[in-house]
Amino acid sequence: MSDNVVEVRNLEFAWQAKLGNVLSIPTFDLARGERCFLRGPSGTGKTTLLSLLGGMVVPDSGTISVDGIDVGQLNGPRRDRFRADRIGYIFQMFNLIPYLSPLQNVLLPCRFSSQRLARIDGEPAAEASRLLSQLGLSTDIIHRRAAALSVGQQQRVAAARALIGKPAIVIADEPTSSLDSDARGSFIELLFDECQRNGTSVLFVSHDQALASHFDRSLDLAEINQVVSA
Amino acid sequence: MNVLSLAFASLANRKFTVLLTVAAIALSVALLIGVERLRDGARNGFSNTISGTDLIIGARTGQLQLLMYSVFRMGNATNNITWQSYQEIAADPQVEWTVPLSLGDSHRGYSVLGTSAEYFERYRYGRKQPLAFADGAQFDDLFDAVVGAEVAEKLGYKVGSEIVIAHGLGTSFAEHDDKPFVVAGILARTGTPVDRTVHVSLEAIEAIHVGWESGARDPGMNVTKDQAREMEFRPTSVTAFLVGVKSRLGIFKLQRAVNEYRAEPLLAIVPGVALQDLWRMLGVVEKALFAISVCVVITGLIGMLSAILTSLNERRREMAILRSCGARPWHVFALLIGEAFIVTLGGILLGLIILFGALIALRPWIEERFGLYMSLAAPGASEWMLMLIVLGAAIVIAVIPALLAYRNSLADGLTLRV
Repeated sequence: MSDNVVEVRNLEFAWQAKLGNVLSIPTFDLARGERCFLRGPSGTGKTTLLSLLGGMVVPDSGTISVDGIDVGQLNGPRRDRFRADRIGYIFQMFNLIPYLSPLQNVLLPCRFSSQRLARIDGEPAAEASRLLSQLGLSTDIIHRRAAALSVGQQQRVAAARALIGKPAIVIADEPTSSLDSDARGSFIELLFDECQRNGTSVLFVSHDQALASHFDRSLDLAEINQVVSA
Repeated sequence: MNVLSLAFASLANRKFTVLLTVAAIALSVALLIGVERLRDGARNGFSNTISGTDLIIGARTGQLQLLMYSVFRMGNATNNITWQSYQEIAADPQVEWTVPLSLGDSHRGYSVLGTSAEYFERYRYGRKQPLAFADGAQFDDLFDAVVGAEVAEKLGYKVGSEIVIAHGLGTSFAEHDDKPFVVAGILARTGTPVDRTVHVSLEAIEAIHVGWESGARDPGMNVTKDQAREMEFRPTSVTAFLVGVKSRLGIFKLQRAVNEYRAEPLLAIVPGVALQDLWRMLGVVEKALFAISVCVVITGLIGMLSAILTSLNERRREMAILRSCGARPWHVFALLIGEAFIVTLGGILLGLIILFGALIALRPWIEERFGLYMSLAAPGASEWMLMLIVLGAAIVIAVIPALLAYRNSLADGLTLRV
C-alpha cells in the first residue's frame, strides 16, 4: 500500500457526454494524514470530485484509488460498502438525522459498517462521547434531540460522526460556511487534533481562502483540473 | 434490526401523523375481525337453535317464515292448524312424537309459548343437547310457567314469582291480569330463542283466553283462576308443531304427505334444510359486511401509503445523510418497508385491543338485543390469517414508496437538497 490515501490518475468525467467533461485530472495525490484545502468557485466540479472519491459515481476513464482501493473497479454495492468503511463525510449544514440524539447520530456509521465498528477501541458509545467532548460539546447535550442544537453544535456532532471508527479520510464539503469566523477556526483545529491521533487525511473543500492557513497544503481545483470552466 | 430501530425512531419523530395512521388501521382491523366474529356468532346461533327435530309443521306459508316464527319467535303465523289436523298427523304411523307450539301472546316483550310437557324432553339445541332446569321444574298447575334464562335474569324472576301475560305480541295494553301465572321453573341458558321465551301449557293458553273470544276482554264473561282449574280445556288449534319420526327414511314421506294434506293447506319443513336456506339468504348480507370491512382495511392502508408518500420528499435529505453515513440503497428501501411494518403491526395490535374492549363492553347488549353470541376466545387460525394478510398487504403497498425512496437515493447520492 502506498503512502497516499488518494491517488487520481488520468481521470476523465462528464455527467453527460454531450455536455463535455467536467473533470479532467491527470494526477492528484493526497498523502496519508495530509490535510488538504481545496478551493475553487462553485460550478467548477468540486462536488463532482468528492462524489467520485466517494464512489457515488465512477470515472469515464482513468483510475481513482482511495486507501489502496481502485474505486472504479468496484460494483455498486461494494462501492457503498467501501464508502461506509473508509470515508467520513461532513456537509455544509443540516447534517444530522433530526430524530436521533447527537450520540445516536455519531454512532450511525457503526450501524452500517462493521469495519468502522471494529476499529473502535472499547465501547462505541464511550468513544462517541469522547469524540463529542473532544470536539468541545458538553456531555449534557448528547441525549437531546439533534434538531434542538445550534448550527455550530450540529456541525461538531457531524464531525464526530465523520471521525468515528477511524476512517482513512474525512471529506468535508463547506462544513464551516454556516459558522461564524471565530467558530470556524476552532472547529478546524479540533477536527485536526482528532485526525492527527488516527492518521486520518482531510480533504476540505471551501471557497473561503481565509481558512487555507490551517492546512498542510492549499490547492485550487483549477491547478489540477484541465477542463477550463466556461 | 438496525434498520428497524431506525424506522422506529423516525416514526416516533412523527408521532401525530403516525398515531392517526395507526388508529385508522386499528379501527379497520377491529371492524374486520369484529365482522368475522359476528358472522361466526350468527352462523352458530342459527344452526344451533334447533336440533333433534325432524320436521316442523305449520300452516302453509314460506319455508323461512315458518322457521322464523316457530323457532326464532320472529314474525307471525298467518294461520293456525286445527287441532283435528294436528291429531291426525300425530297419529301417522311414521310419527314417533309431536310437540305442539301455540304462539301469539307475550310477556313484557318476551314471547309466550304454549306447549306440552314433552317440549322440555324433546326440544334439542346445539349438538342435540336437551333443555335443563336451572331452578324449579316444568309446569304442574294450569297457571304454572317455565321461563327462559334471559327472561328470568332480565326481569329478576325466581321460582314462585307471579307474572301477567299480555294479549298479543309486543307491548300491549290488554293484559291477562285476571289470571297471573306463577314461575315454576327456570331453564338453564341455551343461547337460543328459548332463553327469551315464557313457556306455559297449551291448556293455559286456552284458559287465559276464556272470555277473550272477541279479541278483547268481555266484561260479562269473567272466569276466576279457581273456576278455570275446574274447567276442561280442549285446544282448538295450534300455531305449529315439532315432529320426530321413527326412522329417518320416514321424514320425506311424511313431509310429502303433510304438504299434500287435503283438509287444510299445511307446510312441513326440515329444520336443517330451512336453516341452511336462511343462512344462505343471510350469506349475502354477511358477504356484503365482509366486503365493506375489507374496503375499510384498504382505506386504512391507502391512508398509510399516502402518509408515507407525503413524507418522502421532505425526507430526501434524511435519506442522503443516511447514505453518507454508509447506508446502502437497500437500507433506505428496508427503512420504509420497516416503517410500514411497524405502523401496521401497531395498528393490528391496537385493533385487537379495541375489538376485545368493545366485545367485553358490548357483548351482553348484542346478546340481549340480537341474540347473537359473540365469542371472546383468542383469535383463531382464520383470524390470524386475516391479520397476516393485512400485514402482508401493507408491506406490498409500502414497496411503492420504498422503491421511490430507493430510486431517489440512488439519484440524489450525497447531494443534500435544502
